[in-house]
Amino acid sequence: MLQLNKDEAIAHAAHCVGGPNETFVLNLGPQHPSTHGVLRVKLTMDGEFIRHAEPVCGYMHRMHEKMGENRNCAQFLPNTGRIDYLSAMQYTHGWVGAVERACKIEVPLRAEYIRVVTSELNRIASHLVGWGAWVMDLGGLTPILYAFEDREKILDLLEGVSGARLTFCYYRIGGVCADIDDAFIQGAKAFVPYMRERLKMYKDLVTDNVILRKRLEGIGIISQDMCRRYGACGPVIRGSGIANDTRKTEPYSVYKDFDFEIPVYDTCDSMARYLVRMDEMEQSLRIIEQSLAKLPEGPFINPKVPRLLKVPAGNYSYATEAGRGRFMVRLVADGSDKPYRVKLRTPCLSNMSLFAEAAEGMMIADAIAFMGSLDLVIPDIDR
Amino acid sequence: MSAIIDFLFTDPAWPWVRMILFLVGAASFAGANAAYLVWCERKVAAYVQRRPGPMEVGPQGLIQPIADAVKLLCKQMLSPIPQADGILFRIAPVAMVMPALMCFVVVPFGDLLIPARIDLGLLVIFAFGAFNVMSLMLAGWSSNNKYATISSARVVSQNVAYEIPMLLTVVTMIMVTGTTDLGTIVAQQSGGFWHWNILSGIWTLANPLVPFTFLIYFICMLAETNRAPFDLAEAESELVAGSFTEYSSMGFGLFFMAEYINIVVGCSVATVLFLGGWHPGFFPLPANPWLASLIGFGCFCAKLYTLIFFVMMARWTYPRTQFYGLLNLSWKILIPVALVTLLLSGVLMKLTNLF
Amino acid sequence: MGYFGEIYSGAKSLVIGMRITLDQFFKNFRGNSNVPYPHATLPIPEKYRGHIIFTHDPETGKSRCIACKSCERACPSGCILVEGEKKEGETKKSVTLFELNFTRCSLCGACVEVCPTDALDFSKRYNLAGTSKAVYAKIDLVEDLKKRTQK
Repeated sequence: MLQLNKDEAIAHAAHCVGGPNETFVLNLGPQHPSTHGVLRVKLTMDGEFIRHAEPVCGYMHRMHEKMGENRNCAQFLPNTGRIDYLSAMQYTHGWVGAVERACKIEVPLRAEYIRVVTSELNRIASHLVGWGAWVMDLGGLTPILYAFEDREKILDLLEGVSGARLTFCYYRIGGVCADIDDAFIQGAKAFVPYMRERLKMYKDLVTDNVILRKRLEGIGIISQDMCRRYGACGPVIRGSGIANDTRKTEPYSVYKDFDFEIPVYDTCDSMARYLVRMDEMEQSLRIIEQSLAKLPEGPFINPKVPRLLKVPAGNYSYATEAGRGRFMVRLVADGSDKPYRVKLRTPCLSNMSLFAEAAEGMMIADAIAFMGSLDLVIPDIDR
Repeated sequence: MSAIIDFLFTDPAWPWVRMILFLVGAASFAGANAAYLVWCERKVAAYVQRRPGPMEVGPQGLIQPIADAVKLLCKQMLSPIPQADGILFRIAPVAMVMPALMCFVVVPFGDLLIPARIDLGLLVIFAFGAFNVMSLMLAGWSSNNKYATISSARVVSQNVAYEIPMLLTVVTMIMVTGTTDLGTIVAQQSGGFWHWNILSGIWTLANPLVPFTFLIYFICMLAETNRAPFDLAEAESELVAGSFTEYSSMGFGLFFMAEYINIVVGCSVATVLFLGGWHPGFFPLPANPWLASLIGFGCFCAKLYTLIFFVMMARWTYPRTQFYGLLNLSWKILIPVALVTLLLSGVLMKLTNLF
Repeated sequence: MGYFGEIYSGAKSLVIGMRITLDQFFKNFRGNSNVPYPHATLPIPEKYRGHIIFTHDPETGKSRCIACKSCERACPSGCILVEGEKKEGETKKSVTLFELNFTRCSLCGACVEVCPTDALDFSKRYNLAGTSKAVYAKIDLVEDLKKRTQK
């Protein structure tokens, strides 16, 4: 840094103070309490208003897709839990689904039901974090701790079954790695009414709060056309009136057997995306209830899966609905045990690309509220 | 020994001794409050969030504020010189604490515990209270930091917008009580709790909307002291620490102290104007003036800390308002209601005087 | 009446919110789910995944590992280094060196599942803190088993 003497400093300052169209560049991140990860957004600001927003990602690029080329199908399993660490079960589901589709491996029905239960519990946990952190960005510092108390219950259940609390490596190719026991089933059954009570409390405390409603209603309008142009997915488009959920449009696993709805709101603002997530938690509770009631007996893994799995050559893909949107795995195999190419299509990258266009003209506090409504997890953007 | 005490407690030495005692008392009250209100805030926050709060340092964490103060004192006081303006950067924290402490001069803590009986007591408090806008602006601007500058611009807007309804409500109460001397205002509320201004306004028909007046004053006090839900100046998740981003060590400590002392002053004025000051309201005071003062001080503190409890609960319950929401609330809701209350009160007082 | 209606419904939502937090505040005096670690700890679940250790074979008193290197091949992160030798008069190899680089381990469980003799299992060690990287970069499972069996 130059050392200016007093006269030079005054001259420099006079040069910087400009006319009415003067803008300044503000760096939101990469170290910032509300970007929830390592995301840098270069904002060109005119006072409080954003004239131009440029997200700069890549700080968390860990080359998962390259690692897919150097590891065989079973060895890639821990990577899948770390792409979006909050939806580890759902992302692992995408990977094992792609490999099973490629190698034509049948999964026992009990394993499918276990996968659905654990995925939906993981979805509720992920939405609780997204919701709590978002309300914390808006200034309400208590709901995140209530959300984490509920999340503790979910994580205790999943820890009893898989041994891990965040980056589960629970699914295997052909099933799951261990069976669920009575404690899990009773715990999950007791969790459903408990969570319904808590959702009611969250509605009274947060959703109906006039201050929150004024912060979110009418902020961050994303039209259907903009959603389609950027390829956005998940609660972002369901808040804009597009009724697209992979569990209904391309049903995978045993989701066809359950009776649940896709919440869709068409006001296109941040409040719509908020309500979509709250309703999705309720629908996940319905799915958990139904699957625990119908849980079949049987093996938890297909015993005929070869130890050294060679994937037949070809192009395979499998899509799941993760907490943040549609996660798709594309597997290009060449007949050996290691894939030729693994492509991970993550929802947060397309959702984040909306930010630059939608944030123009917003005030910075509204931009923070809008970023929270997109529910970004940065490792998901950079993989 | 007793000769010295006799000398000190009679004129001409007594006014000076009294002044020194009050200086020491007010400074220690302010300092103890600044330190232990932080502990209270952390405990209230913790209990609302279903966790125990500070527990390690001392029983129930009571020595935590002292540990924090020692930590702040031991830190290096960084200042972004020469980019920042050196003199203003150093003046800003002091300029924030000094007026807050000065307001204690006129607050009646008990029957004999009024430091100075100034006729224009309320005016003194609001004159000093307007200082913190300037010092926050100085702090933000002299830091040469974009985040701080945005924050100080917001603070000026916010404080100016909320001074007006606050003063309107206070003027309404001055009309009702007929004086700006805080000691007299408290004396008018002696007797049972129905004499407290918050209730007496209703049945004497001087100001039937007095609970709304109290509510407006409370909301304005939250906004003036930059407390949530109006804490845009220090919105942690957006602007890191707002005006205070560049301050470390005791500079930051002084800002913190000033914020809590402002809260104490604001709530004391609310107690005096609306809740009967140091009068118990539920039982008569004993005849001995010193004992009455002591018990009066206790009642004053009870009311003061109940109000401060609600100030703290408001922070941990509600999210932050957006900037235009905050200004809308002031200009479109609080000012009209306060004006209507003022006019209504004036008209009713004139009518009751005629009959 | 939209103006007054809005003020009324807004004020009502604020009062309801304050009631909920006051309720939680007073409920906290009767206890909460907080565990004051380190003064108290929670029981560790059965299946908890700590770093791997040898299982103890009660018949031979040593580990069951036959140094087949299946775990070394199955590990996605290359954490495991196994060496073994066939001792006189035994049918299978026995392990002489088993080093785990825990700084690379992702606790996936591939090694535990692939082992043909069930020699490996997850420990319940969560309280890991060391003063140098070497403590966890080279965990010696053979030594660890010796220490546990000698007690």
